[in-house]
Amino acid sequence: MMARLKQINPVFLVLALLFVAIAILSPYFLQPAGYMNFLKRAAPIAILAVGQLYVINSGGFDLSAGALVTLTVIGSSILLDGDASATWWVILAMLGVGVIVGAVNALVVSWLKVPSIIATLGMMITLSGIALTWSGGAPRGYLPENFRFFGRYLIKDLPLIKILPVAVIVMVVVCVAMWWLMHRTNYGKRLIAMGDNPKAALLAGVPLTETRIVAFVMSSVSAVLAGILLGGFAGVSTDVGVGLELQAITAAVIGGAQLLGGRGTVGATIAGALVLQAMFTLLNILGFPKPIRDVVQGLILISAVVIAGYRRRRSGG
Amino acid sequence: MNIPRPKNLAALAPFLLLLAAIAVYVSVAIATGQTQYLTAENLLGLLGRSIALGITAIGQTFAILIASIDLSVANLISVSAVLASSIMSGDPSMMLPAIAAVLAVGVVVGLINGLVITQFEVNPLIATLGMALILQGLLSATFNNFAGEVPEEFQVFAYGQVGGISISLIFLIALTVAAWVFLRFTRAGSNIYSVGGNPDASKLAGMRTTRVVIMAHVICSVCATIAGLYLASRLRSGAPWIGRDGVYDLESIAVVVIGGTALSGGRGGVWGTLMGVMIFSLIDSIFNIAGVDAFAKQILRGVIIVAAVAVYAVRSRRIEA
Amino acid sequence: MSGDIIFEMKGITKVFPGIKALDGVSFSARAGEVHALVGENGAGKSTLMKVLSGVYQAEEGDIFLRGQKVRFQHPLESLAQGVSVIYQEFSLLPDRTVAQNIFLGREPTRSWGLLDTEKMRRETQDVLALFGDRHRFGPETLVSDLDVAQQQMVEIAKALSLNAQVIVMDEPTAALNDTECDLLFQLVDDLRGQGRSIVYITHRMREIRRLADRVTVIKDGKVAAAFDHVPETGRIVEAMVGRDIGHFYPEPATPEEIGDAVLTVRGGGNDRLFDIDLELRAGQITGFAGVQGAGRTALALALFGAEPFETGTVTVDGKSVSLTSPRSAAKAGIAMLPGDRKAEGLMLMQSVRDNGMISARAFSGTLGAPDKTPITTLDQMDALFDAFDLRAANYEVEIQSLSGGNQQKAIVARWLSLAPKVLIFVEPTRGIDVNTKAGIYAQMRKLAQQGAAVMAISSDLPEVLGISDRVLVMSDGNIVAEFGHGASETEVMHAATEAHLELEAS
Repeated sequence: MMARLKQINPVFLVLALLFVAIAILSPYFLQPAGYMNFLKRAAPIAILAVGQLYVINSGGFDLSAGALVTLTVIGSSILLDGDASATWWVILAMLGVGVIVGAVNALVVSWLKVPSIIATLGMMITLSGIALTWSGGAPRGYLPENFRFFGRYLIKDLPLIKILPVAVIVMVVVCVAMWWLMHRTNYGKRLIAMGDNPKAALLAGVPLTETRIVAFVMSSVSAVLAGILLGGFAGVSTDVGVGLELQAITAAVIGGAQLLGGRGTVGATIAGALVLQAMFTLLNILGFPKPIRDVVQGLILISAVVIAGYRRRRSGG
Repeated sequence: MNIPRPKNLAALAPFLLLLAAIAVYVSVAIATGQTQYLTAENLLGLLGRSIALGITAIGQTFAILIASIDLSVANLISVSAVLASSIMSGDPSMMLPAIAAVLAVGVVVGLINGLVITQFEVNPLIATLGMALILQGLLSATFNNFAGEVPEEFQVFAYGQVGGISISLIFLIALTVAAWVFLRFTRAGSNIYSVGGNPDASKLAGMRTTRVVIMAHVICSVCATIAGLYLASRLRSGAPWIGRDGVYDLESIAVVVIGGTALSGGRGGVWGTLMGVMIFSLIDSIFNIAGVDAFAKQILRGVIIVAAVAVYAVRSRRIEA
Repeated sequence: MSGDIIFEMKGITKVFPGIKALDGVSFSARAGEVHALVGENGAGKSTLMKVLSGVYQAEEGDIFLRGQKVRFQHPLESLAQGVSVIYQEFSLLPDRTVAQNIFLGREPTRSWGLLDTEKMRRETQDVLALFGDRHRFGPETLVSDLDVAQQQMVEIAKALSLNAQVIVMDEPTAALNDTECDLLFQLVDDLRGQGRSIVYITHRMREIRRLADRVTVIKDGKVAAAFDHVPETGRIVEAMVGRDIGHFYPEPATPEEIGDAVLTVRGGGNDRLFDIDLELRAGQITGFAGVQGAGRTALALALFGAEPFETGTVTVDGKSVSLTSPRSAAKAGIAMLPGDRKAEGLMLMQSVRDNGMISARAFSGTLGAPDKTPITTLDQMDALFDAFDLRAANYEVEIQSLSGGNQQKAIVARWLSLAPKVLIFVEPTRGIDVNTKAGIYAQMRKLAQQGAAVMAISSDLPEVLGISDRVLVMSDGNIVAEFGHGASETEVMHAATEAHLELEAS
């Protein structure tokens, strides 16, 4: 029994404890409106974190995700400028941008042998440069209602749960698809094998470049999706994506993903994202100023790595 | 009995890149008819515009030489600048206490970075990223605008001149010389190369490798705080965003790598870093002369950083199988 | 001829989780002698020397140094007492100079912590002078500019500068060519002449004959035999292997078992290989012999597409194939079991099953489960593991918890999921204990009998001779000689070095 308990990833216990704490401090979160709103807030970071997990499991980092979120929001608002009829092709175009950004990141890493941290930092600077050039430094245009539908709309009058934000549906659908790809397909196994030992994976026949391209594209596309949700409920601003890549990495690390590849699950990463969001909520309830979030996030990031390392060493792995 | 050492092309790369950058700079100036940019004074002034980056990068060189990295320098620069200008509050008599306090912060941050990396075996990227977040949070929780001001006496650091050369430039060069002497001629400096090149062999040879790693991180953090002091002096006041706006974390890493210091540790030096800083200043000036838009400049910078690192990466790593 | 006993180890027992690496081993060395320490891979030679130097602490037994009982907790303590161990993997810093390496961690300083570079240079020069003028490098030369033999001299110089009385050399010739070996032998003679005691770890009979005064054979963590002189080779080998060699290796293939040519290379070449003509036949095990750097590994890497041929043609089953990547080679039906299992073969954090299935997954569709390979399901893979007698708590445990032999079986199973026509084994038994070796050999034979063309590359010459139906000898990127089963070690070695020497002379 105890042995079985030790097998459980501690992130789920931490999450449960945080939920209890939040519920005691603020019963609002026990009502459908409360917890659905919480999940809606957590949706973008959960999607980003799972996308980031693909890159982390491949043995890299994607630091360009936050800047891509910003570019998605800014770019969509400028392209649309309130024109609802253009929403669908703009979303498609943005997803296309995501595919290109991911592929370029992966090719720079694969072909030019640039460490992913440098390659994606360069991409981050480049993307924010593009966003700033395009917008002239200040938000322009605005997002029509049907674009904001994904981030903002609530389906009401449902039995049992009463309300259901569209963002939560998007999160569930995207995360299930990404879980399936990671844990139920040949691709996912190749990806993790490559992160564990790229040379052995290559010699076993794994096509490294293609595998890496898909991983980075998953991260970039999830950043575009997160951008669409954030544009929906937060509106247009030039700093909407700032720091999100670090939140995504933190979430994956809290979930026990091994930096530099080879170990990490989608389920635990989503739990990690919820822990992060719950922590922010808790700080908010306790009345801490917003910047304290950064401090707490930094501390969690380091302690999660310390704890993971300790658990691994103790289990002799 | 010495057989001649084969010419090491790798060591020459930063120098060749610098020459190439100068050549482009000169041709752009001539092509656009702006020959007024070609005076010796102007070329020296180029480096003067990158003092903060230069000081930070000298420190970053130490971190990278021991095969670590420091992503917390940008936020530490902001902390240092804000702290210095708030403590001084325009009062010249508070200058020394402010400088002492700021340097002490540098030592503490470097110690923590080094301890987390060595004692808890946390990946340096994560350890210093975590530190960056913590500093950022503390900073924004306390300040949201320019805080305090520095007395005129302190502005000498950024604006003063001795014999026509700015004090800050002299300081940067003196710092580089000091760092070079330390790395080249002292036992502690030699240890930095050894630990970066082969930590296991160093440990086996009886070196206290954790101390060496911690020392390198303290030096790196202290340099970042000095860069913060310089920026406070130049801007006459500290603001909580100056470090991040300057992208000093990424740019300091980029110039160190362009200067020929290997990210894997144990190889390189501060003169290469200084050349890297000059290359970056030249690129900036080339954009200015050519009239490239400020935001477009940022795009090109991202591309150039990646390209520059790629040049080294492709050269140093054969496809292994 | 030999002097006093310098050190003596008595009844040393060292236990690692799961195995008794050393069991009551006694060993000693006198001043001015070379004591050869001989044994198979994994017999316990290196462990014994690590106990001597203080890297490991023994559970039982005592060590006496010049009559004094000592107990080293750290290699530094043994270094200070004049015991230096030169490991196979050098602990040199490539980007630093010879002098900096020799004084690593104990650099002389003047005031202010400034390095006394002049003293470092001078003392390095003094130590190098002990080599006569054979080293051809100076204190300021960068280690990365030195060849392997010279790097070894730096390691020896390091030991000499510490005034080591006991110098342990762990298979020092592993990476040296013949000329370099001769130079090393001269150095060892010099060191002996200076009254130092040398422990010389090797499994090469030639070197024992050339250098040793005494021989101790270790097998399975125990002293199998100790000789006060150098006995005939047969007695050493017998003690090392501890069984009749005839049963150690499986029977060679009968003429009926050998089929058509599966793989043919004509005029294959790249920067390390020249004009390779080669045929590998179904049912046959072809062994490759040659000195280090002769091109055996380069040939394996070329055939597997990792470092492809730049010239020539390759056909598999009569069809021309282009082997430009490991993936294309695998598609053509060629499999390679890499020599460095940990670095090139294993995904350490993944389960035994995932390690076995990865190639099936790599060569099936991206989405969904394996469907295009001869083995597609976990049940089939498990059956393969069972057939190999792969021992694991269960097949879901991480592969890093398995022994080397069981890990090797998982990698063989990985490749069998693709039913390859050609199987290349590089150092198939490196780091595998003697008892498991016979199992691996039997498996290789079985694969050949099932119709695969098997290629075996090993730096262990008796192994190549024992397992192969025919032996090809390589030298300087060429195939220079061919022998049938039953060739002697001497004639193969002769062929491998003869061609080499001719080239040197020309």
